[in-house]
Amino acid sequence: MTIKHIEEYRDAGIAQGLAKKIQTISQRKIRLMEVCGTHTVSIFRSGIRSLLPDTISLLSGPGCPVCVTDQREIDAFIALARLEDVILATFGDLMRVPGTLSSLQKEKAEGCDVRVVYSTMDAVELAQKNPQKQVIFLGVGFETTAPTIAAAIQTAKKMGLDNFSVFSAHKIVPPALNALMSMDNVRVDGFILPGHVSVIIGKNAYQPFFDQFNIPCTITGFEPADILQAIHHLVSQIETESPRLANDYGRAVTDQGNVTAQKLLADTFSIQDVPWRGIGIIPMSGLKIKAGLAAYDAEQKFEFHVPPSEDPKGCACGDILTGTKMPFECPLYKTRCTPMSPVGPCMVSTEGTCAAYYKYHE
Amino acid sequence: MNNEIILLDHGAGGKMSHELTQKILLPVFNSPELADLDDGAVFAAEAKKMAFSTDTYTVDPIFFPGGNIGDLAIHGTVNDVAMCGASPQYLSVGLMLEEGFPIADLKEIVQSMGRAAAAAQVSIVTGDTKVVPKGTLDKIFINTSGLGIVYAGQDVSCRNAVPGDVIILSGSMADHGVTILAKREGLKFDVSVQSDSAPLNHLTRQMFATGGTIHVLRDPTRGGVATALNEIAGKSNVGIKILEENLPVKSEVAGMCELLGLDPLYLANEGKMLAFVAPQDADRVLTAMQADPVAREACVIGEVIDENPGRVVMQTRIGGQRIVDMLSGEQLPRIC
Repeated sequence: MTIKHIEEYRDAGIAQGLAKKIQTISQRKIRLMEVCGTHTVSIFRSGIRSLLPDTISLLSGPGCPVCVTDQREIDAFIALARLEDVILATFGDLMRVPGTLSSLQKEKAEGCDVRVVYSTMDAVELAQKNPQKQVIFLGVGFETTAPTIAAAIQTAKKMGLDNFSVFSAHKIVPPALNALMSMDNVRVDGFILPGHVSVIIGKNAYQPFFDQFNIPCTITGFEPADILQAIHHLVSQIETESPRLANDYGRAVTDQGNVTAQKLLADTFSIQDVPWRGIGIIPMSGLKIKAGLAAYDAEQKFEFHVPPSEDPKGCACGDILTGTKMPFECPLYKTRCTPMSPVGPCMVSTEGTCAAYYKYHE
Repeated sequence: MNNEIILLDHGAGGKMSHELTQKILLPVFNSPELADLDDGAVFAAEAKKMAFSTDTYTVDPIFFPGGNIGDLAIHGTVNDVAMCGASPQYLSVGLMLEEGFPIADLKEIVQSMGRAAAAAQVSIVTGDTKVVPKGTLDKIFINTSGLGIVYAGQDVSCRNAVPGDVIILSGSMADHGVTILAKREGLKFDVSVQSDSAPLNHLTRQMFATGGTIHVLRDPTRGGVATALNEIAGKSNVGIKILEENLPVKSEVAGMCELLGLDPLYLANEGKMLAFVAPQDADRVLTAMQADPVAREACVIGEVIDENPGRVVMQTRIGGQRIVDMLSGEQLPRIC
């Protein structure tokens, strides 16, 4: 499992050359938003900010799946965990996310059967091995992970598994960009579009957004050279006032995207209006399991009571997710809210903006 | 006793406890102090300064590539004592067993403990075995405590780092952490890497023999190199600067970390050491380390600085700078 190819994208000479180019052309004070949490972490880990001129601010957008998951959904996950004879399977990030009154980690400590899995297929396997139990997988994520969950549902259907289901809290990225740009207090001069999501949906999926707002956009990968190149292209578009929808991740992203994965998504999910934490309901931005697959939809399959949900008081997650506030502008940051005892989800996931600032920011 | 399992009676202090001790433990842990089965061990000591450490081992899975919970329990405590600037001499072993645990597994674990103790040249001089009802403990836990004699004239402590110190890491990071993750249920990676579990006391002896000034020794176990460096920066109230480019990580370990979104800086090591050495002695100590098979790939990863007291700063490969913070809670694999 050697990844040598990556080394070129981490080359100090290439990175510093790009940084110099950026410094040379950057005149205006601009705000660029990286939509994806993996970009946020990569920017911090490679120390990109310390190579950029003061003119450029990088903002983190609503691209951490855990962070945008609505409080009511988190509370619903906890309610499902408490059902009799249920194994709740989840990716690790969700474990520590605080709901209104509890978290999955606390529920596990109290005796609920909550398992961290590394792939949805592991959850399908859990269902096969535990026929007397109902296995519920918590589907949280964007277009990147959603196809694997769709594949798991289709596999379970083929196998005739009647004890596997999914709570789908999946979301899709382009409608969120629209919502963001339509908010009054949001000021972004250019977007670094997510790499992994774009592998699935393709560059063309952003065309309607670009046509409507005419704002510089580029898709890029996650290595330092990828990100610096994207920043260079965005700065250049802004300085020359020639916005484009560009693809700086040509080695992975095509115009059409992964058509097979898109078909799988279309066969399994229907697109609906769903709530995003901090933003509210965004039209046609969520993936819910299709009516024909109701047997695999935990929301329809189980009766469970979700107590009234309440967003954590004082938490500025919403403003942080939309780039209108920086984490250190939140009164709870590093005081009541730390990775050890998070108040909002942005402090939980390693890709959460607040957690990244807490870990890497001076 | 090979096909048998541990019963509650094995821990009840009667005939079966006696048989377990006589047949499985004593033939392996064959020190004269232990053979008498007194309530404790009595031994002569003329040292002016001693080091004492204890640790409890609960690793899951109990058998993993490169070792098992038994040799890990010996290496871990031997290393903790060695990191105090001492030569480990005596160990205690407390075995906590779950009812139903296979005796064949126990034998294998005990035998690796014997081999590990012999290789580290330490004696197991006292011990205890308890058996608890099934379901109240996961298979086997082991506590070991170790006593060592501090090398004359040495004062090694996390509080002793001073600006100018050269920071040496004895080899690649995260081998143990990745091996354990790869073996855990549900993670079907076929990774060729194995745990680095090994005793470090022979290595520290060679390092002290150079006569070089060593301020801090630390084995970066849980929490990894990043957490150990942060503890040292905090306790010594100095800044630490490390170079990403110099950090040794095996390519298969790096690949697995990339896939799972884990940072090797925060993953456990069980046979690696950080040494803070006065700059004029760094070359000598480094050469001595590289002569030992457990530290053949030892290298300089950074230095102690005046700026940013209490913090660890990394110069990234692309020439940027960033803070390296402590780990908060267990690293959880990410969604995307």
